[in-house]
Amino acid sequence: MQIQPVLAALRRHRLATLLIAMEIALACAVLCNACFLVVQRWKLIQTNSGVDESSLAVLTVNGFEPNQVTDLNARMLNGLRALPGMQSVSLINQVPFGPQVGAAGISLDQGSFTNTIGVVDFVLAGPGTFQALGLKLVEGSLPSADDYLLATNLAPPDARVLVSRALADHAWPGQSPLGKEFWCDKLHFRVIGVVDHLARAHPHDWGAQSVEWTVFTPAQPGGSLAGTYLLRASPDELPRVLRAARDAVPKIAPDVVLDQENSQTIDDLRTDYFKSDRIMIDLLIGVIVTMLGVTALGIVGLASFWVQQRRRQIGIRRAIGATRGDILRYFQTENFLIVTFGIVLGMALAYALNLLLMTHYELPRLPLYYLPIGALVLWGLGQLAVLGPALRAAAVPPVVATRSV
Amino acid sequence: MFGYYVDMALRSLKRSPVLTALMVLAIGLGIGASMTMITVLHVMTSDPLPGRSAMLFTPHLDPLPLDHKHRDDGPDPTDNLTWPDAMALLSAHRAKLQAAMAGGSLLLRPARADLRPFTVSGRYGTAELFALFGIPFEHGQGWSSGDDASRARVIVLGKTLDRKLFGSASGIGQTVRLGDSDFRVIGVTADWRPQPMFYADLSAQSFGDTDQFFLPLSAAVDLKLQINGNQSSWSKNDSGEPMTDAEMTWLQFWVQLDSAAQVQAYHQFLMDYSAQQKVLGRFQRPATEAKLYSLMGWLEHKNLVPTDVRLQLWLALGFLVVCIVNIVALLLAKFLRRSGEISVRRALGARRRDIFLQLGIESATVGVAGGVLGLLIAELGLWSVRRRPDDYAQFAQMDMSMLLGTLALAVVASVLAGLLPAWRACRVQPALQLKTL
Repeated sequence: MQIQPVLAALRRHRLATLLIAMEIALACAVLCNACFLVVQRWKLIQTNSGVDESSLAVLTVNGFEPNQVTDLNARMLNGLRALPGMQSVSLINQVPFGPQVGAAGISLDQGSFTNTIGVVDFVLAGPGTFQALGLKLVEGSLPSADDYLLATNLAPPDARVLVSRALADHAWPGQSPLGKEFWCDKLHFRVIGVVDHLARAHPHDWGAQSVEWTVFTPAQPGGSLAGTYLLRASPDELPRVLRAARDAVPKIAPDVVLDQENSQTIDDLRTDYFKSDRIMIDLLIGVIVTMLGVTALGIVGLASFWVQQRRRQIGIRRAIGATRGDILRYFQTENFLIVTFGIVLGMALAYALNLLLMTHYELPRLPLYYLPIGALVLWGLGQLAVLGPALRAAAVPPVVATRSV
Repeated sequence: MFGYYVDMALRSLKRSPVLTALMVLAIGLGIGASMTMITVLHVMTSDPLPGRSAMLFTPHLDPLPLDHKHRDDGPDPTDNLTWPDAMALLSAHRAKLQAAMAGGSLLLRPARADLRPFTVSGRYGTAELFALFGIPFEHGQGWSSGDDASRARVIVLGKTLDRKLFGSASGIGQTVRLGDSDFRVIGVTADWRPQPMFYADLSAQSFGDTDQFFLPLSAAVDLKLQINGNQSSWSKNDSGEPMTDAEMTWLQFWVQLDSAAQVQAYHQFLMDYSAQQKVLGRFQRPATEAKLYSLMGWLEHKNLVPTDVRLQLWLALGFLVVCIVNIVALLLAKFLRRSGEISVRRALGARRRDIFLQLGIESATVGVAGGVLGLLIAELGLWSVRRRPDDYAQFAQMDMSMLLGTLALAVVASVLAGLLPAWRACRVQPALQLKTL
């Protein structure tokens, strides 16, 4: 297949060629970046919470006075534990994807704002909560019975805590976090262990780096640790157990009010939390598909026009010995050349668009392997779109050359 | 001539229905997607209080110490006022009307046995709040400044809450138990739902359900009721009375100023007040930090449009550009195919300008059809936006201006797309074409 005659023909249709190439370029730029956004969001949705999500649910009540908490906790724990199918009930202040309760800034020394580590989530947890969550200890030891101290606000005043591995790596890079100390205003903390993964309540809101900046803080039931209960049951029984627990609240504690919205399985909380990201993914995929469709239709439209315009020439070529395959390949080559031109333009455009997105939307740099993948997709699309008109061109009989119209 | 060209355009479009359908579909999709996002943006940046918004202003002071470091990811402490500053501005009474306010969510325990306790959100404010925002009353009225001073336990209910608690008879004179205190109902407001809720702490809530009750701010402080929104404290020592502390910002403040001179005077007053506080040693930052925002200026400053929405808007516009480029190519093919017909017309005496007009009208016809399709697609898009969980989503509705805007955008886009092909087509050499006929 000679390329020169194809190029010569294209030079006679500079405007139309340029338009299709531009369309391909725009599609290439948007395609690469939109796919990248989809992948970014998809990674976000896959956030590892570190807990046994499918066996856990949370139940929240409010409308009680600070002096009632000991009595309330005792009644709720006993009442809920008695429900059939319930594996464990324990106290927690916040769960991943639920409302954020204990976020605060911490620093390496007391009262200083210079040696700050960052804003972390304090997961206040009563006895049994570590096991119920299904957390994995990777270093150090679990809190002993006397580590569960009374917390009246964010955390106990002098607590021995577990931190997530991500937080440990961030705060003390290259060192063992065991025995290290940190402060949150006047509250003092000492690290006794490291958990593999534990996500904060709103992992999305604090940037990709700090998804797991959490401090697992053992606390005694009472004080500020009241009203939110972590329920554990086998995954298939969980919905039924949660329903039974919600129904049981008025009998166990008639004065309190069940927080409907925040009494759900962790799976449901997760789905709710990532709902807008899912919508964004659907939207992006919708745009990608429609745009590819529109681009393909444009190619079909223009190729059909060219085929019709060149019926006579095709006829002449057939009459002087060109095979159907030659004609087919001619249009395929032509399309390949135009799309290639568009892709070259599109890659530069995709990169520029990515730079723009990076400055405005805190997006990482577009990995280079997106470009060849985008190119392959567009080449495929172009060949697919041109196939129909090219086949029609190949079907033009040589006899056309002898007719005047 | 215009009617004739329209007729010609319709005939020509009918001759190649597939190509026409492709163009209409492309422009419809592009316009539909763009208009969906433009409408969402339009709703989010629209005037929440048409007619009154030009007279409403919000003063801002900077009581932060010099060494206070503000974290970028957190809300700005100077968005709100401290209690002493708000009370000073209130008692200075330099504006026609002024009110301090804060939002709160409280547990309501209904007297009716068939209703379970539930949480309601509302606003704590000072007496002039109702006149300031022009909140309409269905029954009764607001409280007086005397009630503010005496920390009266009175409450004004929203219509919806009033219906829920007391049925069709208005609840005036009845008591409502909020938190642990009883409040006497003195008024019921009619529907009043400005969106976004410009007067709330916008970092906490900007769109959504409006206030279901109003009660005196002094009573809320007295009872230490729960506050919604950001409470920024930089106090070194715990006073035990955070709400009235001079080192915690939590109050929103709005004033009504009728003329530019009054705005100027009030801004000067704010700077004088800051300077005076600096002399007294309370403020450390320059007096020029005192700012007075207009309502729309404040909304712009707070930038309520989420980045996701902006991203979607750019995506939709990018899509529209691809669609338009596509239509340019298709129109070019379509017009050049008719070189013969155009040449005959030219040979019979039509000027280039006539051909241009004819082809322009043909493009516009495609635009109108695409606009109608785009309108349907945009309605579909908005319907799907309304099903999103975000708080602004439920307000995504198309109004008259957006409806006309859609059609106009479609026609403008398609005429623009037709310009280049039409120009090319009317430069065709008639003699060359006529020979081949």
